[in-house]
Amino acid sequence: MSILEISNLSLSFGGVKALQDVSFRVPENTVTTIIGPNGAGKTSLFNCISGFYKPQQGAIHYQGQPLPGNIKPPKRAAMGLARTFQNIALFRGMTVLDNIKLGAHVHMKSGLLSALAYFGPARREEMAVRKDVEERIIDFLEIDHIRRQPVASLSYGLQKRVELARALAMQPKVLMLDEPVAGMNREEKEDMARFILDIREEWGVTVLMVEHDMGMVMDISDHIAVLNFGQVITEGLPADVQNNPEVIKAYLGNSDIDSLRKKLNAEGEAA
Amino acid sequence: MRIGDAKQSYEADEAIWTSQTQKFWLGLFLLILLVFPFVVNSYLLYLGCLVGIAVISTTGLNILTGFTGLISLGQAGFMGVGAYTVAWLSINTALPFPVTLLLAGLMAAAVGILVGLPSLRVKGLYLAIATLAASVFLHFIFAEWESVTGGMGGLSLEPAHLFGLTFQSDFRMYFIIVPLAVLMVLAARNVFRTRIGRAFIAIRDRDISAEILGINLLRYKLMSFALSSFYAGIAGGLFAYFYRVVTPESFPLSMSIFYLAAVIVGGMGNLLGGILGAAFMTLVPEALKLLTAALTPFYPNAPVFMSPMLEIIFGALIVGFLIFEPHGLAEIWHRIRRFFRLWPFRN
Repeated sequence: MSILEISNLSLSFGGVKALQDVSFRVPENTVTTIIGPNGAGKTSLFNCISGFYKPQQGAIHYQGQPLPGNIKPPKRAAMGLARTFQNIALFRGMTVLDNIKLGAHVHMKSGLLSALAYFGPARREEMAVRKDVEERIIDFLEIDHIRRQPVASLSYGLQKRVELARALAMQPKVLMLDEPVAGMNREEKEDMARFILDIREEWGVTVLMVEHDMGMVMDISDHIAVLNFGQVITEGLPADVQNNPEVIKAYLGNSDIDSLRKKLNAEGEAA
Repeated sequence: MRIGDAKQSYEADEAIWTSQTQKFWLGLFLLILLVFPFVVNSYLLYLGCLVGIAVISTTGLNILTGFTGLISLGQAGFMGVGAYTVAWLSINTALPFPVTLLLAGLMAAAVGILVGLPSLRVKGLYLAIATLAASVFLHFIFAEWESVTGGMGGLSLEPAHLFGLTFQSDFRMYFIIVPLAVLMVLAARNVFRTRIGRAFIAIRDRDISAEILGINLLRYKLMSFALSSFYAGIAGGLFAYFYRVVTPESFPLSMSIFYLAAVIVGGMGNLLGGILGAAFMTLVPEALKLLTAALTPFYPNAPVFMSPMLEIIFGALIVGFLIFEPHGLAEIWHRIRRFFRLWPFRN
């Protein structure tokens, strides 16, 4: 059963074909990874799924239902599609706690009048969100020591973690992570990998990620799709993808299978 | 040094004032506000009322420009809408002032929503120009729609009244203006404890990722415009009751810039900053005038020399603040607080 199904998606900007006839599926409750060289169209694909770009052709099915282009990003967020960004997109003027609470925005209802009075429903709702954020997310991601700090003062690794926390507060069904470990040191990468696996196993959230760190991709992915020049080269289990000559060609520019296999294995062991 | 304030519940942790010390100073401040009109002369009372009105309007503009990141040069126009609504209603109906004030706020909010419509497409300087156009347009309506606004001559109105009580003096107006200012700042503070305030700040900091989080940009930008001009409308209504005459020249463009300066000098996106900025912008020109008067016995030429200097000194003070305290007056306050929070230790 696939929770997300991309079929024959094409997107172009003027003459630049960002995505050409892209089809792949994201099986439910898996960690599915999209890999590919820079400029392959991975982030464009994310933007199509979250509703920022309208693909010219093709369809996206979410939970078996079509997801047409006229459903705007806020609606998609409410439907359970959450994401993080490649270059961190936190709100710098706010504390960690407020950033995470923002994730719960779509699940809250209080209106302007009760907000002005901070009485009755608005107050109760805020308290419920605070409790949920504290006990379900802050505790899980081990960021309780920084909850009062403004995000601008945090290290890169912690900012990425806060961004993940904010996405989790959206109560997603599909969590899209755009390069979750880029620029992290090894310890931070290991933490993040552990969180991603826990999110899938304990929370039953399907994870769709874009990542360049092959060691981590091969370790934690259940399903991999490879994108190059806007086209899907192959998809399948990590082991199959690893040995696919097309993939090796896309990464190395030739068919020297042995050297890449060596490289991938070395990275796999290192991670 | 601040110690022993561990919280047992989220409720206590989310309170606005979390320590006994804070509550003590707040109580003292409110007490001073209450005693103030009984002990000061009429000039200071007049200034107190002006600061109260300025605080309401600055807080409104702070919500829009400081917290939502939408620059507006229409604040004086929105105040004008509120003032004319109050003036027209008090001349043509017998409604008591709470009702006319509320209607003034709602009227200004409605106009604010209209003016805010371009904000979905334009930001920054372009939005400043769009709101500038709206303010010129409003000024034109005030001056030309004679059957309603009285044209260039404006409207004169009776004092505010409620239950047979007339608010004809500054002393009585103080008891409308200042409690209302306190309540409205408190209400604004409440908004920023909820999802609506967070959505405003999210739009200011990064509107694209706000959208990804499910925040409807149009809805919240317009809500911010509505709320901000509601505050301006109330301030304008109080202005009308305070001076009891409203003309198109009561709300010049320079007034919009005055409020923008108050928000920036006080500290963008900081409610305390709005209060301090409003007080600063209202009181410093007056203080400079007092200084001139104090110098006159020693230098008989002081008024001649000082009067052209006032504007320059005032401008230089604003520039100085922007250079040395870019986060505004509120930052100075925060530094003092940090000092006492750690005292007797440093850093």
